[in-house]
Amino acid sequence: MGRIVLENVTKSFGDAQVIPPLDLTIEDGEFAVFVGPSGCGKSTLLRLIAGLEETTSGRIVIDDNDATQVPPSKRGLAMVFQSYALYPHMSVRKNIAFPLRMAKMDQAAIDTKVEAAAKILNLADYLEQKPGQLSGGQRQRVAIGRAIVREPAAFLFDEPLSNLDAALRVGMRLEISELHNRLNTTMIYVTHDQVEAMTMADKIVVLRAGNIEQVGSPLDLYHTPRNIFVAGFIGSPKMNIIDGPEAEKQGATSIGFRPEHTDVSTTEGMWKGRVGVAEHLGSDTFIHVHDTGLADMITVRITGDIAVTHGDDIYLTPQMDKLHKFDADGLRMA
Amino acid sequence: MAIVATTTKFSVYGRPVLAWIVGLLFFFPIFWLVLTSFKTDADAVKPEFLLFFTPTLDNYLNMTENYDYWRFATNSIITSVFATIFALAVGIPSAYAMAFNPSRATKDVLMWMLSTKMLPAAAVLYPMTFITKSIGLFDTHFMVIVVLMLINLPIVIWMLFTYFKEIPKDIIEAGQMDGVNTWGEVKEILIPLAWGGIASTALLCFIFCWNEAYWTVRLTTTEAATLSKLIEGNRAPEGLFFGRLSAVSAAAVGPIVVLGWFCQKQLVQGLTFGAVK
Repeated sequence: MGRIVLENVTKSFGDAQVIPPLDLTIEDGEFAVFVGPSGCGKSTLLRLIAGLEETTSGRIVIDDNDATQVPPSKRGLAMVFQSYALYPHMSVRKNIAFPLRMAKMDQAAIDTKVEAAAKILNLADYLEQKPGQLSGGQRQRVAIGRAIVREPAAFLFDEPLSNLDAALRVGMRLEISELHNRLNTTMIYVTHDQVEAMTMADKIVVLRAGNIEQVGSPLDLYHTPRNIFVAGFIGSPKMNIIDGPEAEKQGATSIGFRPEHTDVSTTEGMWKGRVGVAEHLGSDTFIHVHDTGLADMITVRITGDIAVTHGDDIYLTPQMDKLHKFDADGLRMA
Repeated sequence: MAIVATTTKFSVYGRPVLAWIVGLLFFFPIFWLVLTSFKTDADAVKPEFLLFFTPTLDNYLNMTENYDYWRFATNSIITSVFATIFALAVGIPSAYAMAFNPSRATKDVLMWMLSTKMLPAAAVLYPMTFITKSIGLFDTHFMVIVVLMLINLPIVIWMLFTYFKEIPKDIIEAGQMDGVNTWGEVKEILIPLAWGGIASTALLCFIFCWNEAYWTVRLTTTEAATLSKLIEGNRAPEGLFFGRLSAVSAAAVGPIVVLGWFCQKQLVQGLTFGAVK
């Protein structure tokens, strides 16, 4: 089990309130991702759930038990840290066995579990090595191994992949997703990378300055962002946002359209602009368009390739059925 | 970490020479002390026997036969060992608390501890003597241990604090998530990780306790008297017994010099306060 409920939780450091009153429910078995720009309070929120920070007010309920005052060691949660936080004086085997030894499990059972975890995580050959001898990816796996052996109510991941290089990050992302499918245990994952959020989450929680901007499935957030912030944060490249007369024509203060929801032509279209940088990825091309009179830069994404170079004229037409309209407060209009 | 040496003539020849000069300069008093301890009291003051003389063991024999050297040495060991153990027993939890759960007052507390070292010891000599005598603790091992522990506690806590600060807080937090209680954090994570630092601190504390003279001389007479007191007792106002005094001093500093020799690495680490990894 691992249902986690935050009720009216706040957190202040001195006079600075980093988490204003906040309610959130994470269902058992769910993969929830907290995402937001740095300083948005996502790590603080995770540490509040872990018990590593004390709540200023409000309640944290884990599986119907009030855990607000329970120390981290008694909450039954496992955490994977950004820095891995392995015990440098212990071998990989001892690192993974540590939580079991602390739970006073008998040695035979510990060995079985450690071997099983090592097998899942491809660590069997490294069990006798010290963390210092391992690569970043292996260390990360040891940290995950240490978390899974004790079968926690929920896993907490604090930006676990940000110290890995890009290729490894994609691999570990898949491994963590697979782990979730296999274990079916609640996972809460903090990241500033919206791609990680989109690819892994059942439920994304978008945070800004401690406030929850939107909660929903990745596609909910992509298709119906609640406000301009979420619209700009989810999706890559970012959604284009336009204010002014063109938006007013649509009856909104701002309109947004995604780079991939824009038709591009070299001969005709709704808006004319000039090609700036064209990024050719092979499968896709991102074109940064200037001098449209709408915004400093508009980004469009087209499948395949198009024969345009720097300085060429280009015509853009947003797909009207996929246009997002926002009111004066930046909120989505129905 | 290390200063990268460029291969200039100075670094090849000058530096070792300079190091030897400084080393010999520091070693000379000990050398002279040991040399003098093998002279008779009469020879010790005669210029013609400055370097060449007939060595004698009389001073050492005299010391063990007439002055009960071993009792003083035993007292030194007992008081230094227990004072160090107690200082660590108080210092480790204090430094742990301040390093990993600092409050706004932590800095002030640390400074306050250090400030106690700034007080001239003589200022509290009378009250200390008066109090220890009136509660019957004068010249007892217990009192010497307590005093030695207290005067070294600030430096012990400061050193441990500096070492503990170098341990990433994440590791302690990982321990909490893995289900250890506070004692477990200290026993399973903190002590193994800071082992080198704790050893350096203990060693330095032990040396300071061993060398302490101000209080051990003044708050003891016979029962709990340490080697410092033995040296003090052989100090004749006329300055006639240099040979005897040197033997006693050599026998008092000998153990600590040997200890220091074997633990050079830890000591250097301890004195540079963890700056060298």
